[in-house]
This record gives sequence, structure tokens and C-alpha cells, in this order.
Amino acid sequence: MTRAAVRPEEQEAAAATPEYEKAANRAASRRGLLLSLPAYAYLVLFFAVPLGIVMIYSFATRNRFGGTDLSGWNLEAYRKLGEPIVRDILFRSLWLAILTTLICLAVSYPFAYFMATRTPLLRNVMLVFVMIPFWTNFLVRNYAWRVLLGNDGLFTNITEAIGLGERELLFTTSAVVIGLVYGSLPFMVLPLYASIERIDLSLVEASRDLYASGFQTFRRILFPLSMPGVIAGSILVFVPSLGAYVTPEILGGAKTTLLGSYIVTQFLTARNWPVGASLSFVLMAVMLVATVVYFRTGGRNL
Amino acid sequence: MSSTVQPRGTTKIALSVHSWLVYIFFFAPIFVLIVFSFSDDRNVGRWGGFTLEWYQGFFDHSQIQSAVWVSVRVALLSTVISVVLGTLAALALERFKFRGRQVFDALLYLPIIIPDVTMAVMMLLFFAEFFELLEAWFNLDWQKGFGSITISHIAFNISFVSVVVRARLAGMSEVLEEAALDLYATRWKTFRYVTFPQIMPGVAGGALLALTLSLDDVVVTQFAAGPGATTLPVFVFGLIRRGVTPLINATSVLMLAASVFLVALSLAFQQFSGRGGRPLLRGAREAVSTPNNQIKKEIYQ
Repeated sequence: MTRAAVRPEEQEAAAATPEYEKAANRAASRRGLLLSLPAYAYLVLFFAVPLGIVMIYSFATRNRFGGTDLSGWNLEAYRKLGEPIVRDILFRSLWLAILTTLICLAVSYPFAYFMATRTPLLRNVMLVFVMIPFWTNFLVRNYAWRVLLGNDGLFTNITEAIGLGERELLFTTSAVVIGLVYGSLPFMVLPLYASIERIDLSLVEASRDLYASGFQTFRRILFPLSMPGVIAGSILVFVPSLGAYVTPEILGGAKTTLLGSYIVTQFLTARNWPVGASLSFVLMAVMLVATVVYFRTGGRNL
Repeated sequence: MSSTVQPRGTTKIALSVHSWLVYIFFFAPIFVLIVFSFSDDRNVGRWGGFTLEWYQGFFDHSQIQSAVWVSVRVALLSTVISVVLGTLAALALERFKFRGRQVFDALLYLPIIIPDVTMAVMMLLFFAEFFELLEAWFNLDWQKGFGSITISHIAFNISFVSVVVRARLAGMSEVLEEAALDLYATRWKTFRYVTFPQIMPGVAGGALLALTLSLDDVVVTQFAAGPGATTLPVFVFGLIRRGVTPLINATSVLMLAASVFLVALSLAFQQFSGRGGRPLLRGAREAVSTPNNQIKKEIYQ
């Protein structure tokens, strides 16, 4: 029990006998429970119960009418995840999420290093300008790319003007990756910056003094020391990219169906709720593992 | 900082060019969107002269207008409720040990890390079952709409508010609360005059975050919305899937302006609440900078 939670008379009592100490502990426990009760009850009813329902549905069977039979649990829906169509989508989502993470890392690292070596004032200005797009509406940011890349969009006009012919990127995998990178770049920049800024840069100096090349210094000193930021940023980019729904819907086409869209389709059009539910569960499991790794590597402190 | 740490020569030039490119990548799409929302051409990629007709269209579009009001009402209601619940939860977790604390802590983190799509599916199935039960047990014919959207937004907002408030509470010494209690302030008075003024910036920050998240959400809302009501982002998402129009450009720019306004508000709240401003803001600022005054007032009263 925390000290602030003890009233003076309780404190004296606690000093007197273990009996009173127990009573004081119980009182604090009651207060804590009472304070947390509204949110606790709300989250159990409107979060834990829905999660349980999804789990039950993932073990259920789809009937001939597109409905779901909840009796007779089985693993059919999970077995379906091994089928070629679903497996392709899983691998494609995984691949695009990894690609997005690597591009974000490659783009953000030099940027974050440059930012960390500026004067404090310039750093803050640079940070604010990274934060602005991060704070703006996610849907709008994706839509902006649709305008840029679309049929008769600025991108097509530019490729035509410089003689590359009428190139169109919209509804391709490239467009989806651009959108994903755009949406998650700040999530990579911020943890990287935070961890590089914290490094004692005299170590870099020492390395250079001892005749290490710039690349050697980066590989043996700077990069290992910035590892917490690299891991934290990669998880923050990888996880949402894996479950992305809005970006592929707006920028992708029929050939670029990803996990998120596939799950939604199972509920809205294909009406195979058990498969949709089991995929949502798999997605959540990946997310939980990533979160545990994130906290273990100290991402919380960044 | 020494000279070997500072990038020099071509390295420096390359890094600085790279940074500019990153910023261009960040802002070019937004800039293009804003410019073309004023273009008098049905084709969004061609400049056809300046016009405000798309903004006029936004205000004349009855479906958009009703979606805007649903969005605003959902955002305000879900923010108020989640700020109260989230702040209480933060206090309980940071200041007390109680049975089931760890389970609660974990449950509170889940809505933040859960994928949007999974949460959306949860809401879809939950409301399907819930309304079926209502129908079967109480013969109530409820539809998804304003109520279900608000319920789902509160479910994720509680967690975000409590995280922000907890961060504030964790950085705050318990000495002041102890002092107030030692001086026979009641628990309520201690909260009202000592704890609350100090966590006020956290509460306000949490509220603005909740407001922004609620106004921005598409995926969860899409599954919780029904024929009864839909929010602006969900409506716009539906429009986008049918194609790009200048009307969507104008609507997007207005949504952009709304989020920028909210961020500016939260920054202003954190930075400048001490200089002038409303009494509430000033009070919060003073409580943070000179907490001893609050205690003194309590003692001498």
C-alpha cells in the first residue's frame, strides 16, 4: 500500500499492531477497487465479453445460409488458414509489413541521426514538423495519396510530362507500400531519435579518433547503441502495417488484398464469420507477442 | 559537440538533403490536397481556377452535415465518459494496491495494442449478439447507431486517457497528498485541492487525445455504425471507395483543419496556459508550478 493512501490515525495504528495494519490494507484495497470499478466493469462488459464472443465464433461452424452454428466447437476455421488463398494473403501481408518496416528504418535512421546532432532549438522545430502529419486524420492522409497517384493525378501528369509515358501506381502493391510507409514513418522516427539522442556521442568521437571509418563506427558503435530505438520503432511500424485495413482499401486493388481487408470481407460479404474470427485472433496473438518484446527491450522508456 | 560527431562535408550535405526530402514526402500530399480543394475542375489532378464551390457543397450536403453532427456528438459524449472513467482508473492503479489490480492493468492496456480490425470484429459480433438478446428477452428492437458507436469509442478511449493521466500521476510526488492527509483534509478535499489541480494537464491532454481518436476512427466505427447513424470519417470512407471527387477534397481539408486545431489547442494548453488565459487554465498552471500555495491555503483556511 502506498504511503499517501494512509491517513494519520491509520499510520499510527499500523505502527501499533499487525492487526491494524491489515485493516488499513483492506481499507486501501477497498478504495482502489471502488475507484477502478466503473472502468473495470465497463471494460469487462464492452471489451472482454466481445473478445470472448470472437473466440467462441472462431471455434464455430458456418452453416449453409451464411449464418453461424455456435454448437459443436471445432478447429475447422483455424484449419482453413492453411488453405492456399488464405496462406497467400497471410504471406503477402507479412511481406508487405516487413518491407514497410525496412523502408521506414532506412529512411528514418539518417533523418533521426541528423536531427539528434542539431542544436536543441532546431531539434524541437524538426520534431514538431514530424509530429504534425502524425497528428492529422489518418483517413485524410491516405486519401491525399489517392489524389496524388490516381488516374489523371499529379503523379501521372508528371511522368507524362518528363516523357516516361502514362505511368499509374494506384491500385498496385507499390501504392500500398507508399501509403503504409507514409502512415507509419513518424512511429519509426520518434523512437529512433529518442534513442540516438540519448547515446553519449563521445563514443562515436572515440571510435573516429581510433581510426575507425565512418561506416565501421556506424556498424560497431552507433547502430548497436541505438538498438532499443530500432526495435521499438520496428514493432510500432510492423504491427499496425500487418493489420492495416484503411490504406490497402484506399490505395490497393483486387490483387493486393491484405489480412485486414480479408477479415472484413469475411464478415461483410463472404459471411464466413468463423474464419474471420479466427484470423482476427491470429492477428491479435502476433500483436501480443510483439508488445511483450517491446516492453522487454525497454520500448516503454523511450 | 565535437567536430567528429557533427556530420561534415558531403555527409552533412547528403543528410541535410535527405531530411528535406523526408519533409517533402511528409507534406507534399497534404499540400496538394489543400491546393486542389480550391480547384474549379471536376478532375482532381488539373487546376481549373480558384473556387469555393466544393466547400459550399460540403455545407449543402445533408448527409455530410448529419454525419458531422453524429461525429461531434459521439466525440464529446465518449470523451466526457472516458475521461471520468479513465481518470478514476489511473488513480486506482497509481495510488492503491487492490485485489485484481494486475488483471485490470492488463485489461486496460489491451484496447491500445489490439489491432483496429480485431476490435471492429469484436464490436460487430458483440452488438449482433447483444441486440438479439434484447429482442429475445425484452422484446426490444434496437438498431446499431449513435449508441453503439459511442459505446465502442468509450471502450478504446478509457485506456488512452488512463495512460496519459497515469504518466502524470507517476511523475508527481505523493508528499503533497500525504501532507494534506496529515493535516486532516478529507480524502475528497485532498483530491479536489491537491491531486486534481496537479493532474489537470494530464486530464486535459487525455481528453484531447480521446476527442481526436474518436473523430478520426474509421474501422471500429464502420462495424459499430448502422442504418441509424454514421460518422463523418465512415461516410467519407464510403465516398472514397466510389471514387475521388473535389467534394471529398474539401471535406478532407476541413477534417485536416479540425485535427490541426485540436493539436494546436493541446499545445497551447501545455505551453501558454500561464500567460493570461481563462481562470481554469491559469489555475491548473499555478497548481503545477507552485503546488505549495495550494497546501498553504488548505492549512490556513
